[in-house]
Amino acid sequence: MAESTTVTKTAIIRGRVFVLGDNVDTDQIIPAQYLNLVPTIPEEYEKLGSHALVGLLDAPRFVPEGATKTLYPILVAGRNFGCGSSREHAPIAIGAAGGRAVVAESYARIFFRNCVATGELYPVESPTRLVGEFVIGDEAELDLDASTITNLRTGKRFALSPLGDARPVIDAGGLFAYARRSGMIPGAPTSGAGVADSGASVPVNRAVED
Amino acid sequence: MAMTMTEQILARASGKAEVRPGDNVWVRADVLMTHDVCGPGTIGIFKREFGEHARVWDRERVVLIPDHYIFTADEKCHRNVDILREFARVQELPHYYDVGSDAYKGVCHIALAEEGHTRPGEVLFGTDSHTCTAGAFNEFATGIGNTDAAFVLGTGTLLVKVPATMRVVFEGEFPPYVLAKDLILHVIGDIGVDGATYQAMEFGGEAVARLTMEERMTLCNMVIEAGGKNGIIEADETTLTYLRGRTSKPFAPVAPDAGARYVVVKRYDARTLEPTVARPHSPDNRAVARDLSHVRLTRAYIGSCTGGKTTDFINAARIMRGHRVAVDTFLVPATTEISRAIRTERIEGKTLLEIFQEAGCTISLEASCAACLGGPKDTFGRINGPEVCISTTNRNFPGRMGAKEGQVYLASPYTVAASALTGRITDPRDFLGA
Repeated sequence: MAESTTVTKTAIIRGRVFVLGDNVDTDQIIPAQYLNLVPTIPEEYEKLGSHALVGLLDAPRFVPEGATKTLYPILVAGRNFGCGSSREHAPIAIGAAGGRAVVAESYARIFFRNCVATGELYPVESPTRLVGEFVIGDEAELDLDASTITNLRTGKRFALSPLGDARPVIDAGGLFAYARRSGMIPGAPTSGAGVADSGASVPVNRAVED
Repeated sequence: MAMTMTEQILARASGKAEVRPGDNVWVRADVLMTHDVCGPGTIGIFKREFGEHARVWDRERVVLIPDHYIFTADEKCHRNVDILREFARVQELPHYYDVGSDAYKGVCHIALAEEGHTRPGEVLFGTDSHTCTAGAFNEFATGIGNTDAAFVLGTGTLLVKVPATMRVVFEGEFPPYVLAKDLILHVIGDIGVDGATYQAMEFGGEAVARLTMEERMTLCNMVIEAGGKNGIIEADETTLTYLRGRTSKPFAPVAPDAGARYVVVKRYDARTLEPTVARPHSPDNRAVARDLSHVRLTRAYIGSCTGGKTTDFINAARIMRGHRVAVDTFLVPATTEISRAIRTERIEGKTLLEIFQEAGCTISLEASCAACLGGPKDTFGRINGPEVCISTTNRNFPGRMGAKEGQVYLASPYTVAASALTGRITDPRDFLGA
């Protein structure tokens, strides 16, 4: 969602798939040595993206060496994706790299919540194990309305669990944008998730100033 | 309706007569804690969303504790502490524990308790997954991300899904060679690293009631390693004794209602537990220490919120006293209070520091998270190559303590100390005479 500061409702995400196993923890998603980077500083947000998933053991790079963007907008994983630390740097790193959705059997609680709060990534749950149904580089189509993912190489389509209440929050660009839109907190949104694109929108009513 | 402790706290904090698991409720925060790793991002979002000159919702309830990357030459890390310092100054926050000052504390989860920010019946949010440590004080304490934390900073509230509760009961008395770390590693090995996902873990039973506050903190600290949302223990005289003199604010403990509903009640006989180890690369990869005597180590590490408290060092010193370590052994206290205790606590006339020095340990008296989570390359005790380390810390995922080539075994301070002396994973009974 980083490229967008306006609200875009995403229904179809199409692109190459990166495949991961079970219990991919946040230290593998963004190793702690990069936590000196502050996600709200635009150039450091980009840098977080360049390091996304460099902590994986025995896996190809998610983001090519020297690049800041990934070739894989969709990640397919097993159980308990994003376990470990509460670092919001984790969904942000994947999102900053251009990852748009994860399809996993289950998520660790804080990671799931951080995906929604930041609006960086759609954390979609799959009732069946899909790790064996994709290889890295397969083209896939993720349909968030129909809650399906199709492997365009094999032609196989898999039913996913609907995102439910999380979907409109991510569509809106994260917790703040959603909360303002739905009147939960006052004021106009400054920007969506990820980097605040200064100048992209002008807040008309600052929320909690004294 | 009968409620668990977690449900009662969330009902109270959301102004409802009752809540049920799965309810989404707006909860008032009693305390929000953040540190140097997640604080700058949280502050950035707060300013972006509430305005450059917005004020935090309640300056008495915001606690800033720099602790992660303090003793490093990394400039960005210093910059991040500067951001905290400036925010504390502008917002006039009374609870800021600045680096380089007498107020500096070290690891946030232990500092929160020592400084009286943990109180029964309250709601504590922190930008760190081990915020669950404070459940030892009979409160709802959980880790959140920067965006949620910024929301709390501005509004004092957060939308929380009420977790179902798993009750874990330890019956009987622990053998003298078993520590809280062994219990929690045993439970995680049993239920797996996602065995308590989205759930509260409530600990009870005779054996838990006998634990010190520091040991209860170890127990609650690692519920996140099973995916738990929070850990919680009933308040008793041990709790109140710890809190006396640390907090003057009123608080109201909670106890489980008769008939409170649990997803599952797991019962363990404390007497049968053994010194337990989590093998690489997952906290649920459980084994008992005595089955791992073939594992050769290259280093040992004692520190962190999980295993770097005063009791942890006393326990390690009991084992190491009069012996020499066989591998590089790194010690780092969680807080400055613990650092002082290492210099002043004595076992049969010798300070802990003397015992560790005579044993040949490498000791940092600078309290911080240090190498528990790797960190910058120059972090004390960081694994920078294919080390095989046994550690009192909380996670052993690939690369957790630094280099991906490293292997980390998690164990209690007894087991780590005993293993440091032999250079192999060693059951502490070999040194405790049990």
